Amino acid sequence: MKITARAVLIAVSLLAFELPVLGEETSTPSGAPPGWPDPIEDSGIHSLVLVDQLEYWGSDEQDALRWDLISWVGGDYHRLWIKTEGEVLTAGAGGELELFDLQYGRLIAPFWDLLVGAGYQRVWGPGSDPDHLYAVVGVQGLAPQWFEVDANLRLSEKGDLSADLEAEYDLLLTQRLVLQPRFETSLALQEVEEFGVGEGFNAVRLGARLRYEIRREFAPYIGVTWNRKLGDTADLAREEGEDVEDFSLIAGVRLWF
Amino acid sequence: MNSFPTPLDSLANRRQFLRYISATGLLATLDGLLPAWAREPAGLATGPAARAPGEPIDLFLRWQDLAFGGRRGRAITLNGTVPGPLLRLREGEDATIRVHNELGEDSSVHWHGILVPFEMDGVPGVSFPGIRAGETFTYRFPVRQSGTYWYHSHSGLQEQLGHYGPLIIDPAEPEPYRYDREYVVMLSDWTFENPYKVLAKLKKLSAYYNFQQRTVGDFFRDMSEDGLALTVKERLAWGNMRMSPTDIADITGYTYTYLVNGLAPGDNWTGLFAPGERVRLRLINAATMSYFNVRIPGLPMTVVQADGQDVQPVETDELQIAVAETFDVIVHPREDRAYTLFAEAMDRSGFGRGTLAPRPGMTAPVPGLRERPLRTMVDMGMDMSAMGSMRGMEMGGGKMPSGAADHGDHPGQMTGMAMGEGEQACVPGMTPCTGPEVGRHGPDTHGPGNTSVARVQRDRLGEPGTGLEQVGHRVLVYTDLRRLADDFDERPADREMELHLTGNMERYMWSFDGKKFSEVQGPIKFNYGERLRLTMVNDTMMEHPIHLHGMWMELENGHGRRIPRKHTISVKPAERLSVLIAVDAPGRWAFHCHLLYHMDMGMFRVVRVS
Repeated sequence: MKITARAVLIAVSLLAFELPVLGEETSTPSGAPPGWPDPIEDSGIHSLVLVDQLEYWGSDEQDALRWDLISWVGGDYHRLWIKTEGEVLTAGAGGELELFDLQYGRLIAPFWDLLVGAGYQRVWGPGSDPDHLYAVVGVQGLAPQWFEVDANLRLSEKGDLSADLEAEYDLLLTQRLVLQPRFETSLALQEVEEFGVGEGFNAVRLGARLRYEIRREFAPYIGVTWNRKLGDTADLAREEGEDVEDFSLIAGVRLWF
Repeated sequence: MNSFPTPLDSLANRRQFLRYISATGLLATLDGLLPAWAREPAGLATGPAARAPGEPIDLFLRWQDLAFGGRRGRAITLNGTVPGPLLRLREGEDATIRVHNELGEDSSVHWHGILVPFEMDGVPGVSFPGIRAGETFTYRFPVRQSGTYWYHSHSGLQEQLGHYGPLIIDPAEPEPYRYDREYVVMLSDWTFENPYKVLAKLKKLSAYYNFQQRTVGDFFRDMSEDGLALTVKERLAWGNMRMSPTDIADITGYTYTYLVNGLAPGDNWTGLFAPGERVRLRLINAATMSYFNVRIPGLPMTVVQADGQDVQPVETDELQIAVAETFDVIVHPREDRAYTLFAEAMDRSGFGRGTLAPRPGMTAPVPGLRERPLRTMVDMGMDMSAMGSMRGMEMGGGKMPSGAADHGDHPGQMTGMAMGEGEQACVPGMTPCTGPEVGRHGPDTHGPGNTSVARVQRDRLGEPGTGLEQVGHRVLVYTDLRRLADDFDERPADREMELHLTGNMERYMWSFDGKKFSEVQGPIKFNYGERLRLTMVNDTMMEHPIHLHGMWMELENGHGRRIPRKHTISVKPAERLSVLIAVDAPGRWAFHCHLLYHMDMGMFRVVRVS
């Protein structure tokens, strides 16, 4: 963990600072003699680890523990991002690392980062445990009307192309009680049978979480979620004897540091 | 005539008071926590006679545990107190101030608003390398001005930790107003959090400290008042900009304790007066991030100085003091009763409070916090004619003189057109009033470090500050300020320069022209000897108190030869204003937003005069 953090910091430091212009010292922002300190430090390294979801899903079928974590470290223009999302079935029947992305992000517009990197995906449980690596490019930011948007295009090592989109919104009921509706969908250009993914739009997930910010950094919540598999993906699920639709009650905690 | 040496009667009062507080044990509480000048209930005793001209002053910087509102915090003290000691200099003397840095880290002292040789200005990395841990730096400069000023650290976020104090320069010639007693009223904001943690939080979540955001309940209330269509339209307009109209202050009463002379509201700093006396209050806003709306219910205030410079006296009931500004006011309490000095944080998340009273221990009612203000579409610099009628937009469009909207080349002339001499720009308590359009934004949106531009730029010098538009009493506005001295530099401007105040609130990036300090290639160049007109356009939706070191900015507020000199000018959202500068001080000078965290995040430049 420590080594990772340091490596990340070094990598990002290299990315965050453009190469200084060589030559006369008057080309420094202050024009001060060499060796003097900077009058201000406006390009320090900052970071965020946001555990957006850490929650328990209870449904008629199988209960699960889910996580959704977004983190970054870096400066204002250049950042290193790590995102992961997945679930573990509580009955011990397996789980899924839906994504683990490591990306470089650059501020390309006032509210938008362009992210490029690589990721890893894996399903485990009874039967085979398929996994794959993929390259990912995405945009993340704040859309008009305060929608937090995260859209990605993924190309797996086997050449399969897929896209996904997440959007969420914070509706303030009070200063600390926040209702967060969330929409997710994904689309595959090819069938990826071992992941149970069919061609076309393959799933939609709608959720609503009601959190109470005891502190900004710590907010327990309850919520509901509705998932529906679509198209070929739904057909694949039916063949396996799985449900194509489920509804879950959620309890969890959102935290960041 | 003023009367600096403390009158005998107030000396007697002071002895009585000291006896009283010793008896109640109060003295033990206050002693050691406060500088002598703030403990002096009968007014400032340190007259010019207390120190021989030129006699050196020693300042010791130390870390110390101090109580603020009953809770202990770790502060940087100057000679053992927060704020630091009152430095009282005399115009014409050669000041020698030795700063002993016992902090264990680099530090500095900057003399805010004082015209000094640039090597003595105290900005690390600009005027000198800073004062290293354990070292002493001796500041030496001729004192060429008079008035109320202050001093503070220019290193990192040290100012947030208590590193500031008042500085008064007594004039060589008597001042043209009369008073019997005087007090320093130094306002500031204190947090028990580590300032670097505060900054880190803002970087992660810039609305962290805002607990006054609009909720679903507000939506329904607005809907019942304005109707559904208008409310939705207004919400969509804000949503489109991805900005919050509740963004008045980045850091709020959620973490801040607002201090008057180092005392929390409950500790009630008190200044004594005898009914019928004229009392001069030297208001200094030493806060890092907080604008204050200051009033003394029941007592009109006569403003006689702004930023240490005499102005034609103007009476008002409330004034907004931007970060780093000073105002000297004279009050004339005739009744034998206490008055509350109420310094409401502009976002109304808290307040600083003190009392003026004939006898110690007296208090007056403390007003409640008024409803939090909201930003308007004018603040956003939106084109209102294109938007139609909307909440917060029903503003005095009739005030717009025709022909003022086509260009912004000569804002000084335009303000003159907009407001004749002596005309009150706004009628308080009436409809909100908005200044005329004086410019439009060009196509450059200043890059990803900037989120919005002021498409419509207004002359807002005659407008009351945020939250004071409809308070129902007189409010000081910048067009009220007229310099007293007849010493205007008649030369026309040799050169014009335009600078935009920019930022990205989501990232908590702050800048000029979309570039943080670290992104520029070198200093801004001023030519020695020139007369420069600097136009500033605020593309953000917050006020920024812009401070130039080493030279005055003469604010073109329409008063011709009487335009006021200032060291710090609060530029309102979507405002376009201009200042004249006599470029007469060679060297490197800092130029920055005086909101400490904005400065530190890049809203900073070096000006090189050569």
